[in-house]
Amino acid sequence: MSLYLSIAIIALIYVVIFQIAKASEYVSILKGEENSRKQNNKINGFLMIVFLVLGFVGVYVCNDLLFDKTLLAHPAASIQGEKVDQMLWITIAITGIVFIVTQILLFWFSYKYQEQENRKVFFFAHSTKLELIWTAIPAITLTVLVIFGLRNWFYFTGDAPKNAMVVEVTGKQFGWIFRYPGKDAVFGKKYYKNIDPASNSVGIIWDDKYAQDDILTEQTMYVVKGQPVKLIIGSRDVIHDVGLSAFRLKMDAVPGIPTTMWFTPKFTTKEMREITGNPNYTYEISCDQLCGNGHYSMKGVIEVVEQEEYDLWMAKQKPQYFVANPDKDPEAVKAAATSTKDSTAKVATAKM
Amino acid sequence: MSHEAVLHAHESHGHDDHGHHEHHDTFLTKYVFSQDHKMIAKQFLITGMVWAVLGGLMSVLFRLQLGYPDASFPWLEAILGKWAKGGQITPEAYYALVTTHGTVLVFFVLTAGLSGTFANFLIPLQIGARDMASPFMNMLSYWFFLAASIVMMSSLFVETGPFSGGWVAYPPLSALRDASPGSKSGMDLWIISMALFVVSSLLGGLNYIATILNMRTKGMSMTRLPLTIWALFFTAVLGVLSFPVLLSGFILLIFDRNFGTSFYLSDIFVNGVGALSNEGGSAILYQHLFWFLGHPEVYIILLPAMGMVSEIMSVNSRKPIFGYMAMLGSLFAIAVLAFLVWAHHMFVTGLNPFLGSVFVLLTLLIAVPSAIKVFNWLTTLWRGNIRFTPGMLFAIGFVSLFISGGLTGIWLGNAALDIHLHDTYFVIAHFHIVMGVASMFGMFAGVYHWFPKMYGRYLNNSLGYMHFWVTLAGAYMIFWPMHYEGLAGMPRRYFDFSIWESFKQFAELNRFISTVAMIVFAAQLLFIINFFYSIFKGRKVTDPNPWKSNTLEWTTPINPGHGNWPGEIPEVHRWPYDYGKDGVDFIPQDVPVGDHESSH
Repeated sequence: MSLYLSIAIIALIYVVIFQIAKASEYVSILKGEENSRKQNNKINGFLMIVFLVLGFVGVYVCNDLLFDKTLLAHPAASIQGEKVDQMLWITIAITGIVFIVTQILLFWFSYKYQEQENRKVFFFAHSTKLELIWTAIPAITLTVLVIFGLRNWFYFTGDAPKNAMVVEVTGKQFGWIFRYPGKDAVFGKKYYKNIDPASNSVGIIWDDKYAQDDILTEQTMYVVKGQPVKLIIGSRDVIHDVGLSAFRLKMDAVPGIPTTMWFTPKFTTKEMREITGNPNYTYEISCDQLCGNGHYSMKGVIEVVEQEEYDLWMAKQKPQYFVANPDKDPEAVKAAATSTKDSTAKVATAKM
Repeated sequence: MSHEAVLHAHESHGHDDHGHHEHHDTFLTKYVFSQDHKMIAKQFLITGMVWAVLGGLMSVLFRLQLGYPDASFPWLEAILGKWAKGGQITPEAYYALVTTHGTVLVFFVLTAGLSGTFANFLIPLQIGARDMASPFMNMLSYWFFLAASIVMMSSLFVETGPFSGGWVAYPPLSALRDASPGSKSGMDLWIISMALFVVSSLLGGLNYIATILNMRTKGMSMTRLPLTIWALFFTAVLGVLSFPVLLSGFILLIFDRNFGTSFYLSDIFVNGVGALSNEGGSAILYQHLFWFLGHPEVYIILLPAMGMVSEIMSVNSRKPIFGYMAMLGSLFAIAVLAFLVWAHHMFVTGLNPFLGSVFVLLTLLIAVPSAIKVFNWLTTLWRGNIRFTPGMLFAIGFVSLFISGGLTGIWLGNAALDIHLHDTYFVIAHFHIVMGVASMFGMFAGVYHWFPKMYGRYLNNSLGYMHFWVTLAGAYMIFWPMHYEGLAGMPRRYFDFSIWESFKQFAELNRFISTVAMIVFAAQLLFIINFFYSIFKGRKVTDPNPWKSNTLEWTTPINPGHGNWPGEIPEVHRWPYDYGKDGVDFIPQDVPVGDHESSH
């Protein structure tokens, strides 16, 4: 019922606006076309200036309300992020000035040069000098931005430092898998046809001698504060994207074509909670490439911790080889042996 | 009008009087299977408007989800059925809406609706030709577009839903039927529709190029062409050179989908299906093929708007466009650069860093011709005598939006920043302002300005003014705050942000944006009402040249028949921008140069 009512109200509003517009057309015919045109011109010329002023007020208010919610309000969480932020500020300054000047000119000219009966327009078809000036200025400004940008681009996409720890990230519909190379610091080979969602989610070839200490985790990745991390990124099914907004980086995960990205985290998760004043703060990995219906829920977490905490965590991880093949796990075998012994003992006691 | 008459008119090019033949027309030949470029233009426009309303409505629906993720709207279930169970849009429906909105707006509205309408309408009228080089091909171009529209429309009704992998349709998501429900038969229809669309735009584009090069009236040298025509010319060239590449990309995709090839597929394990046998393909190859069209496409959308804005701005400032040759040169530079920047959409795909750096340089280079255009428009306004017709307002709005959206292009084109901002709301804000809304403004400017020529009646001015101010303010209110969301890293194409610690803080802002979006959509309906009401009931045009304009279309009768000029086609003696020269308000192109006239 309320639906029909609201439709009726909306329709009514349209009818009213339409009738007003029609009436104003008749009024303008009565007043004479020329007069009404002049009046419309005055109103719209005035609105130009109103829009300019209110527009800038709006920009200011918007910035006031929203700036604290952007990443620029807090220090970047990686060395790379610092450089991105620095570049952002330079770009904001340059484009900001151009924005303000050109918008003022546009709306000011529109207001100032609105039609007046006795104005003679200035027949001004071209001026080579002016045109050269405004070709040269943007060209020079852009050169500066390009130089800045490319220096960072080559730094970001360049080789990771030698001491970087390496983690393999695999995207799947809809989650993240992380692989650590284990004690030997070398990843075992993998082949996608070996994938078994339950025990071998990235398709590791167990026969490979480097494979047996590889560690797999899901959803949460641990990295160490201050130590560069190199990610080797891949996908199991469709294209995903490892989005690390806090670190100001992202890289696509493409099936069949591994990509890499490296960064150096600057603050632990705990430190970041203090910096942002948000006790729930987490470094989130967002999937930034549409990958299907669960795209919006494809969330991963990065825990940045101190070295000691990382070592503790790592010590608790069990190589996937043993998870997939419990019969090969010395601990599991031992445990199984103990339990068998126990049960045999029990049986023995029962028999007695 | 018979077919022979058109041919005859072409052969004798400007020296005959075969203008009026309408008395032979039946309803079918006049309104449906018309070969008159003006009627085809109207067919494109109205079909484009239907899609614009549908596409806009889709955006309202998905903004409803983003703004009110927890609310339930029973009426949604009444309309959408299983796609809105319990009054809430499902993720499947959300992604289908986002995808269809993008596809439809980019291709059907801002390509076919914009170029199709104004290239068809203005080229023959402004260059002084009786019709297109091939009116029959021109008619086919519309019918292929209509076929594409019907197929796309039908994809909305298939059991598994329309395609939902984004308008870019990246494989493997678009190639694997099991990766997403939308990639089943919805994608088959999407791709067929797009293939038909490519054919349509090629038939149109070839025609536009041939017509502009071969059928200009006597005296209409290339440098006397209005900037609209130049812009439409470069647009057509871009389309003809890049759409075939897109089609080839789609054909490979069809093979991967249906015939077991591995152009784009390699090393894939699909949940619930298992490992696929495809090996050795490259998903990135598709992106290269797609963006080789995809980037020129941005300019296919923008250039016609730029051309029309230049023309309308000059007419209503009563001043020549400033720097005609610089405007032309910058159009040319943009058209060339458009082919050399596609990989800036792929900075985060693992692109070779050196290659990336080249694309950074070429991308930022586009800012130079763009800046020239902006400064030239500003100088055109300077010391003019501006009449604020609704068309002029939209032209001014276009420049404002082009500045705002163009400047953020400098952020995104710089690869090191793009790594951070890619696929966030910052990108949404950027391309909606610079390409979406700005081109829409160009289109509105064109419709308001040439409506009297199309229908012999005026649009209602008051509605036009309301439409403009609400849309301009609303567009900024919708898209400006999105820059901030992008600077917080908020990703595009998310159905719901509530599980994200980093992004859920924008819930209130999203509600605000959605509310404004609905108001702006409602204001567009005012335009639609105005348009259809004025076709039949608008104030009649009494002056054949209502805007006191120099170009040739205003030398035709108020309601020109097929063939455009009842008598001979006028001869051209000057460029189209003699406004305010020697104190004379305007001197149309067909007026011979006087003895004492100064040169510009």
